[in-house]
Amino acid sequence: MADLAVAPPVAAPARGPSRPVRRRRRISWVPYLLLAPGLLWLVVFFVAPMLTTLSTSLQEGDVDNGYVLTGNPDVYWQALQAYWPQIVRSLMYAGIATLLSLALGYPLAYFIASRRGRSKNILLVLVIAPFFTSFLIRTMAWQSLLASDGGLVRKTLGGVGLGWVYDDFGHLLQLLHLSPNGEILYSPWAVVWGLTYNFLPFMILPLYTSLDRLDGRLLEAAGDLYATPRQTFRHVTWPLSLPGVVSGTLLTFIPAAGDYINSRLLGNTNTVMIGQVIDSQFLRVLDYPLAAALSFLLLALIVAMVFIYVRRAGTEELV
Amino acid sequence: MAWFRKHLLTFAAMVTMTILLLPNVVVAIYSFNKPNGRFNVELVRFSLDAWKHPCGTSGICDSLSLSLKIGLTASLVATILGTMIAFALGRHRFRGRSATNLLIFMPMATPEVVMGSSLLALFLNIGMSTGSLAILIAHIMFCLSFVVVAVKARVATLDPRLEEAAADLGSRPLTTFFRVTLPLVAPGIAAGALLAFSLSFDDYIITNFNASPNSITFPMYVWGAAQRGTPVQINVIGTIMFVVSVAFVLGGQLVSARRARAAS
Repeated sequence: MADLAVAPPVAAPARGPSRPVRRRRRISWVPYLLLAPGLLWLVVFFVAPMLTTLSTSLQEGDVDNGYVLTGNPDVYWQALQAYWPQIVRSLMYAGIATLLSLALGYPLAYFIASRRGRSKNILLVLVIAPFFTSFLIRTMAWQSLLASDGGLVRKTLGGVGLGWVYDDFGHLLQLLHLSPNGEILYSPWAVVWGLTYNFLPFMILPLYTSLDRLDGRLLEAAGDLYATPRQTFRHVTWPLSLPGVVSGTLLTFIPAAGDYINSRLLGNTNTVMIGQVIDSQFLRVLDYPLAAALSFLLLALIVAMVFIYVRRAGTEELV
Repeated sequence: MAWFRKHLLTFAAMVTMTILLLPNVVVAIYSFNKPNGRFNVELVRFSLDAWKHPCGTSGICDSLSLSLKIGLTASLVATILGTMIAFALGRHRFRGRSATNLLIFMPMATPEVVMGSSLLALFLNIGMSTGSLAILIAHIMFCLSFVVVAVKARVATLDPRLEEAAADLGSRPLTTFFRVTLPLVAPGIAAGALLAFSLSFDDYIITNFNASPNSITFPMYVWGAAQRGTPVQINVIGTIMFVVSVAFVLGGQLVSARRARAAS
């Protein structure tokens, strides 16, 4: 089961080439034959679409009269001007959700890594088990959990005399301008919460993989050298788990930044994220150049952020 | 207080686990509900109606079977292609290695909405119609990278001495591969296939871009239902999927644990 924990992309420095090769061989065709079908698939159905998008964004015209490639990059400027708030909002929501899932996921990943045998496997299964119920259904379940009248959280808390906790949290959100009317559901907070929940397993699994590899003797050594538990964590555990932290945050942040299901189901008209704009420009407004420009902007922004982040984290290989 | 500090980690872990599983519990509870209106949001009274007629609303089981078909085909193809790439990366030296790594990483670093819309743009440009085939192509594409990562992790832990031993004992390369290497990598392949299936089965955003009115997958059905009114059957199918897959995975573990014990 441990294998289900997708290896942190950054963890292992390519082991293939570092292993001593015993015999010097001529160039072999075997690796190329193994790579060809899969890479061809990615080139045709991933790279080519990206290039199509780039070219679409530089076209002018409309649906009825067709499009002509003019190479006019103005559309990028228009897209930025018109949808700047949605772009910033998406990156902000995704950033907060990523930090929240790190805070929630780390203890669980650590706990699972410290278990042995069967209980460890069962816990891992439980982490991925939610995946098998459609995430749309699960996100709708948060609607019925968070709703103010008839919601399960409000009802349960009310049942034990703690209804004020729910109400006060709503008021707090209203004070912080995070909720228009003190409601918890359909507020920016609910959207961030939905994103956190939905991408939590993508955080936990890489964290678990790198914590599981941690050599227990290092922790013992730290203890023997009179490090307090806090010092041990700061100077041993945390640095060694960084590869998992980096890949977990990437696997959470990237999909969260492009997601629009959570903002549609749990948010209001003021929580529109950039994915939703791209979707409606493409499928409803049919402004293909604008939609393509927005797609490309989002991708470029994310690639730039990932690049800087990975550089700063000092990791080399990503998968 | 000391007791609380000692168990702080356990407590925090349990909180996260509860958050992860709570929605599944809610889905299960609401599958026994008989809502007043069209939306299944408030618990009204207990009923087994939906469980007796899981296909009771039109289209739901057609969409489920389409999703299962696409999920199985996509995960099969992605697993084969991905495993081949993982072996090339884990076992061979070749030129263009970092370009390959980048190409594998990029689909994981691209938001779904970008991949979905770009693929649609390509299909529109070359005049290919959207529908089940387009969805299948898209799913294989985005599952591929995840399979590569899962299998590669396993290939990296392989002890090359085992294969050398087989060769020393006179086994031919192909026999060694099927009798030694493949069984050792199998857990990684199984994990990759499982991940691919769940990603494909659950995908909405990319699918929505490339679907036609005749290819409504289960997540698309659920999304449509969310706008018009949510039949309780959705919860029944969600619960069945959850229970069956957990039983399937735990069962598989039990078997492999028993086999490991028998072998030692």
